[in-house]
Amino acid sequence: MEHSRAELAVRARGVEMAFGETRALRGIDLDVPTGTVLGLLGPNGAGKTTAVRVLSTLLRPTAGEVEVAGIDVLREPAKVRERIGLIGQAAAVDEMLTGLENLTMFGRLHGMRKAAAKGRARELLTRFDLDDAADRIAKEYSGGMRRRLDIAAGIVVRPSVLFLDEPTTGLDPSSRLAVWEIVRELVADGTTVLLTTQYLDEADQLANDIVVIDHGTVIAHGTSDELKGQVGGGRVTITVEHAAQLDLLTGVVRAVAGAEPVVTAGELRVTAPFEGGARHLPELVRAIDDAGITLAGLELRPPTLDDVFVHLTGRSTEDADQEQGA
Amino acid sequence: MNRFFADTSVMAWRNLRRTLRLPEMVVFATIQPVMFVVLFRYVFGGAIDTGSTSYVNFLMAGIFVQTVAFGSFGTALGLVDDLQRGVVDRFRSLPMNHGAVVLGRIINDISINLISIIVMVIVGVIVGFRPTGSPLELLLGFGILVLVSFSFSWIGATIGLSLRTVEAVNSGGFLWMFPLTFVSSAFVPVDSMPGWLQGFAEYQPFTRMVDAVRALSLNQPAADHVIASVLWCLAIIAVFLPISMRQFRRAALRA
Repeated sequence: MEHSRAELAVRARGVEMAFGETRALRGIDLDVPTGTVLGLLGPNGAGKTTAVRVLSTLLRPTAGEVEVAGIDVLREPAKVRERIGLIGQAAAVDEMLTGLENLTMFGRLHGMRKAAAKGRARELLTRFDLDDAADRIAKEYSGGMRRRLDIAAGIVVRPSVLFLDEPTTGLDPSSRLAVWEIVRELVADGTTVLLTTQYLDEADQLANDIVVIDHGTVIAHGTSDELKGQVGGGRVTITVEHAAQLDLLTGVVRAVAGAEPVVTAGELRVTAPFEGGARHLPELVRAIDDAGITLAGLELRPPTLDDVFVHLTGRSTEDADQEQGA
Repeated sequence: MNRFFADTSVMAWRNLRRTLRLPEMVVFATIQPVMFVVLFRYVFGGAIDTGSTSYVNFLMAGIFVQTVAFGSFGTALGLVDDLQRGVVDRFRSLPMNHGAVVLGRIINDISINLISIIVMVIVGVIVGFRPTGSPLELLLGFGILVLVSFSFSWIGATIGLSLRTVEAVNSGGFLWMFPLTFVSSAFVPVDSMPGWLQGFAEYQPFTRMVDAVRALSLNQPAADHVIASVLWCLAIIAVFLPISMRQFRRAALRA
């Protein structure tokens, strides 16, 4: 995080946001160096969307400082809006307008003249492979097409900073890959990107730096490798046949691995850091066998961002989602 | 200022285009007042005493003003729909004039109202409406309707941006219009109401607007009503324009 202010496309310090009693953000610091991608990671309700809304001028924070593209967001929001693109969770295009009409409209709302806006719209439709759908209303688009149109609408004037709030949620795998490709191209063109995601592999794929937030605070930041390094060596994941043996298994794993396992009761699964690696695996298997536990599966693997998340929050991302949905 | 006009025209263009692609909205907005005309003219009309003026001549001004007032419901629905779909968030992130988002919608709704009124005039004439005002008076009456439409749309905008969900607007966004339009001179002479109700009916804005349009269409003295209507419209705009813009800015706060 040792960047001079001039090199930062986004700089946030001590950002707090309260909605009445609810404190959605409790003092967030963010640095996004120009030309890089920051992945903002966290479960539903962690404060990701609120953070994006503050950074993109939609919400005025209760406290803190925010600079985007070198401009103070609180003092000159209008100027910031000229330099950013915001692509929210919902594909915010006009369903009753065609692809061409949508992009032309957004160009004009950026102050472009009609002919220029139309030309730029055509260019973007071609680039995002929407030429054939240019004159169809967006309502008839597939989810992936609508998302591409949505992203195109966000980059009509080539923003210096692009905010993407869960850009691939609800998309099929091939549309997801298409969106990833678009993001990579934008970054190659010099755009700084801040994206939120619940998909850890998405952050792994796209982001230079990752910030994990939960309950409105930053609980970790670093590169993907740095974060994985924090959770140590490999992870062992063991599943059992019978729920009754889950406690017994947890005890055995705790003793052999020398670390506190994470239990996912619903899936009869126990996961724990396993520093020793494959050499110590027979020892673990023997201990499990001696305890009379019936194994359903056992896997040793390098750490993933999911492990980082569990390590940091004590919950898996799925659990965190369920908690939010409840 | 140039920017404001440019953005407003883009937003008006966008909304009008939507309307053209959903013509059933306009059709429904017009069918309802047509039903009111037929219902009141033939079902209730015979029981309502309007003195020397024929009931259909009395009725039509009420129908016109009610039509444009109900039209403000479209403003509420349109804006809350944009809000829920995240379109308002996107507009708010653009370097555009934010008032243009609301005004563009209102221009669309006034246009729909104008179409409805033209249809109403035709239907009225078919069922016996015979306006006797001079062309200038009729034109002024039309102008009053546009102003009423414009001012009520700001109430609609405030409601849409405050209620935040399409469901809420659909179930409660038009309730206020019933006492306002029915406890007025729109369908019956106010002096036929019980005394305690007359006080409200006589002085509330809707009655003055109906009276103004009625007097202009029937070549009766209209100046007082016209002035009162214009003042009421300006007052409504003065109150609801700033509130709706404040609600627009706050739109993201609770979402």
